[in-house]
Amino acid sequence: MALYSEKVMDHFRNPRNVGVIENADGVGKVGNAKCGDIMEIYLKIDNDIITDAKFETFGCGSAIASSSMATEMIKGKPVSEAAQLTNKAVTEALDGLPPQKIHCSVLAEEAIKKALDDYYQKNGESK
Amino acid sequence: MNIYADNAATTKMSKAAIEAMLPYMDEIYGNPSSLHSVGQRANEALADARMRIATLLNCEPREITFTSGGSEADNQALISAAKLGERVGKKHIISTAFEHHAVLHTLDKLGKMGFEITLLDVPENGLITPEEVEAAIRPDTCLVSVMYANNEIGTVQPITEIGAVCRAHGVLFHTDAVQAAGHLHIDIKAQNIDMLSLSAHKFHGPKGIGVLYSKKGILLSNVIEGGAQERGKRAGTENLPAIMGMAAALEEACHSIDEHAAHLIPLRNKLIDGLAQIPHSILNGDKDKRLPSNVHFCFEGIEGESLLLLLDDKGICASSGSACTSGSLDPSHVLLAIGRPHEIAHGSLRLSLSEDVTEEEVDYMIQAVTDVVTYLRNMSPVWRELTSGKSEFIIK
Ligand SMILES: Cc1ncc(COP(=O)(O)O)c(C=O)c1O
Ligand SMILES: [Zn+2]
Repeated sequence: MALYSEKVMDHFRNPRNVGVIENADGVGKVGNAKCGDIMEIYLKIDNDIITDAKFETFGCGSAIASSSMATEMIKGKPVSEAAQLTNKAVTEALDGLPPQKIHCSVLAEEAIKKALDDYYQKNGESK
Repeated sequence: MNIYADNAATTKMSKAAIEAMLPYMDEIYGNPSSLHSVGQRANEALADARMRIATLLNCEPREITFTSGGSEADNQALISAAKLGERVGKKHIISTAFEHHAVLHTLDKLGKMGFEITLLDVPENGLITPEEVEAAIRPDTCLVSVMYANNEIGTVQPITEIGAVCRAHGVLFHTDAVQAAGHLHIDIKAQNIDMLSLSAHKFHGPKGIGVLYSKKGILLSNVIEGGAQERGKRAGTENLPAIMGMAAALEEACHSIDEHAAHLIPLRNKLIDGLAQIPHSILNGDKDKRLPSNVHFCFEGIEGESLLLLLDDKGICASSGSACTSGSLDPSHVLLAIGRPHEIAHGSLRLSLSEDVTEEEVDYMIQAVTDVVTYLRNMSPVWRELTSGKSEFIIK
């Protein structure tokens, strides 16, 4: 059996939403190079709707695929809904991840939460 | 193009090894311990294999113990030497920080049993010196274990000189020659070796079979208890097909060491020079004192597992010491031992070439690695910070 599902490999080989959004409404960066995975997520938000999401990731196949899938899952969604995204949902959407790779998908959830916090802060709102 | 460049992990079996094994599956399938003729034919083959391997290593057949591989040989060597030391009140063992886990984890166990373990620091070039070993030897040192060639960065240790230092101080010397056997010359007597481990699957022999050489007079302690096989020192019906395959593979490999090195070294150097052209990359281990087949780099700003997966898509099988390939959060202990920071160690790549690698394949690997590193850097937030000056490059 291969390490990753077809879905993971598809998102790893052809990651969606790679890049940077200039003047993003929310930016979240998590992880550190010491532990081996770093993710930075950029959000464009209009009227509390996420109109665009992009990411940059330094990390393994699971980290890259999770960033790709997570950004796909929140695009077009209201921020309130995006804030509910869990790593479990990301993992399920990827048809599962090997147990030792779950921690990489947690980063995607955390990066999105951090980007939303940044957005709330910039807009002077508290959650 | 399909290139298997992970020969340090394991090798393809040679035709000679496979053919040498076949008769021992359905013709001479007896148990070497049986008294009847079928068993005795097997026993003769066993003796023959032992003698041929002893000849290749320049030792006596009775000094060869067949084990299930390199790990078991390492375990038994260390445990035996420790027990011998303990009997005379010597409970200090010297080894290095970049040994294989078969050695390091056995030393951990011995540490818990009250032995004192000194792990020598490894310099950036990946070469232990005899002086460093000598300085660590104490009156209560019973064993020095230093690998012949490192399995990740491929550096070749001055084991002859280290062995001489140990002899002079009356300390047993073990070397893990798993990566060296069949690729570098081994002469037990000339190299002052008391104990040595090797494993057949690293030189085109079968998996699950290896050798522990231990010099006459060194009493081995059993790791596997049971029947009286291997002079009572390693129980279990001998894996004769594997032993015959190992003997054939070792003969073939040992007879071609110089020829293979002459072919490999220029290609290895071409690959090293080609990959060194990638900005902010660094070769791990001394450029010359390394296995003819080993190329090992770190690339700043990327992570090793994604590098491996994309190289696999391009038909290249390689390996990495990144944390996410191992399932632990720490990258390779070998890279940390030679002083590479975590950030850099995650972006490592080992290409271990096979003897029939071609120049065309080397050119292809240089191009493929360059392309994949560039691609991954372009989606790496670490790389963007480095290139925008927000953080400083570690590899200049
Ligand atoms: C240096 C070294 N020692 C020991 C071993 C273990 O050998 P085996 O796989 O035969 O148990 C290996 C193989 O990975 C190795 O490279
Ligand atoms: Zn990861």
